[in-house]
Amino acid sequence: MGDNGLILGQRLAEWCGHGPILEQDIALTNISLDLIGQARLWLSLAGQIEGQGRDEDKLAYFRDANEFRHLNLCEQPNGHWGTTILRQFLFDAFHLPLLEQISKFDDPQLASIAQKCVKEVRYHLRWSSEWAVRLGDGTEESHEKMQQALADVWPFAGEAILANAFDLELAEINPAYNIQMVNKAWWSTVNDVFNQANLEVPAANWAPQKGREGIHTERLGFILAEMQFLPRAYPDAQW
Amino acid sequence: MEQADLQRLFDSKIEQEIRIEPKDWMPEAYRKTNLRQISQHAHSEVVGMLPEANWITRAPSLRRKVALLAKVQDEAGHGLYLYSAAETLGTSRDEMMDDLNSGKAKYSSIFNYPTLNWADIGAIGWLVDGAAITNQVALCRTSYGPYARAMVRICKEESFHQRQGYEIMMSMAFGTPQQKQMAQDALNRWWWPALMMFGPNDSESTHSQQSLDWKIKRVSNDDLRQEFVDKSIPQVEYLGLTLPDPDLKWNEERGHYDFGSIDWEEFYRVVSGNGPCNKERLQARNKAHNEGAWVREAAMAFAEKRQTNVA
Repeated sequence: MGDNGLILGQRLAEWCGHGPILEQDIALTNISLDLIGQARLWLSLAGQIEGQGRDEDKLAYFRDANEFRHLNLCEQPNGHWGTTILRQFLFDAFHLPLLEQISKFDDPQLASIAQKCVKEVRYHLRWSSEWAVRLGDGTEESHEKMQQALADVWPFAGEAILANAFDLELAEINPAYNIQMVNKAWWSTVNDVFNQANLEVPAANWAPQKGREGIHTERLGFILAEMQFLPRAYPDAQW
Repeated sequence: MEQADLQRLFDSKIEQEIRIEPKDWMPEAYRKTNLRQISQHAHSEVVGMLPEANWITRAPSLRRKVALLAKVQDEAGHGLYLYSAAETLGTSRDEMMDDLNSGKAKYSSIFNYPTLNWADIGAIGWLVDGAAITNQVALCRTSYGPYARAMVRICKEESFHQRQGYEIMMSMAFGTPQQKQMAQDALNRWWWPALMMFGPNDSESTHSQQSLDWKIKRVSNDDLRQEFVDKSIPQVEYLGLTLPDPDLKWNEERGHYDFGSIDWEEFYRVVSGNGPCNKERLQARNKAHNEGAWVREAAMAFAEKRQTNVA
């Protein structure tokens, strides 16, 4: 959860100052702020559970690419505004139902972080859905750009909603966790929004992505090189 | 009312410190001066996002990253209030943006300097926002109502940014030797451009006297600059850093610090488009604008479609 927020938030932050409309520059920065804020909570909790004295910054800045556990969707490049919107939408449509489940976990720490995140992510999903519809059903040019951007990001979405061994293990510990239900909610949101947006689900199948197991795309190395540079170059410094 | 009566009414409002509002009669030159100043100020906020945004993805802790993102976002918000204030003078935001992108409109030259190390983010918050506040506190009493009200709101946020910037400088100046070096390097590069932010000396300033008479400007460039120098020096001393000005010393008689003369040749070079980053900044603005064109068009087309459907 923390890595998803951190890496997607980092990608969105690249837009800051370069958005197509000042109001939307602000809106996208807000989502980036929310996601990085959420990442701080998750990573702090992860460090605390691990009990080796690693805080949010140690986890963000001093892990290598293969130790990150986010979906490979999150690290994909911003592309144009429509690519960013669709990457966001496909993520939000998964993020929200997942958080809704975690907010019902017995573990009070997990549940309380998820409850806080749900409020923010509900807004993210509304915003990205509205933009997907607006651009999908805007002009002929925007429709074409969206359909083509969708072809780029779509293959990465499968990783979010297909169960792996970890999901099965987690479901045993937490009966409230059910990836099939997340999958169902995701498809229902996606179908509904694509329908309004006049967008077609691409024929392409899911790409086999294993970001959650630490196997990422070539993009991540560059994101980390940039993000981690200062603390790695000056490990004794306090900032 | 006759022109002469309108003029008298306007003059008496200025005299009595009654704010001029968008629907009031005003001399054409007063309108133009305000429009120029407010739109330049709005452009400065928007272009000013770029040098700081340059470090968001490289911020050295998550706390700093979030604070910097929020700060740059605030600048965008200031741009919005100021464009709205300027629009009350009869020019649309699109037209103002076009003037910015074509290079016709100016913005504060300070943003044509590069951010080269992390301490620059501290130095900008502390010195650049600090100089801006010195200017803007005076502008809270400016005679044009919408501008004065925008300034009140902006000043509150800017003083928060300034404290945040100084706090970055403290952690750098009191940190490792390399961090202290970064802090000194940033101070060396930002000090003189920050002093230039107050504009030409009073004797050289072309718009100053009329603006003071109209109470658009409330304090002269040199007085504001002096105020800024006086309050910055104890802050520099506290950090244990030095200023790149051998002529700097306390003048007991004046009750102010004396400081060296500004390199006005550099100032005018940067103003006229030949600063270290002028081209880069304008290119970035143009790129964002041009690449966003299809998005804006689609949003318009979509809104129209929906409106038709509702009707």
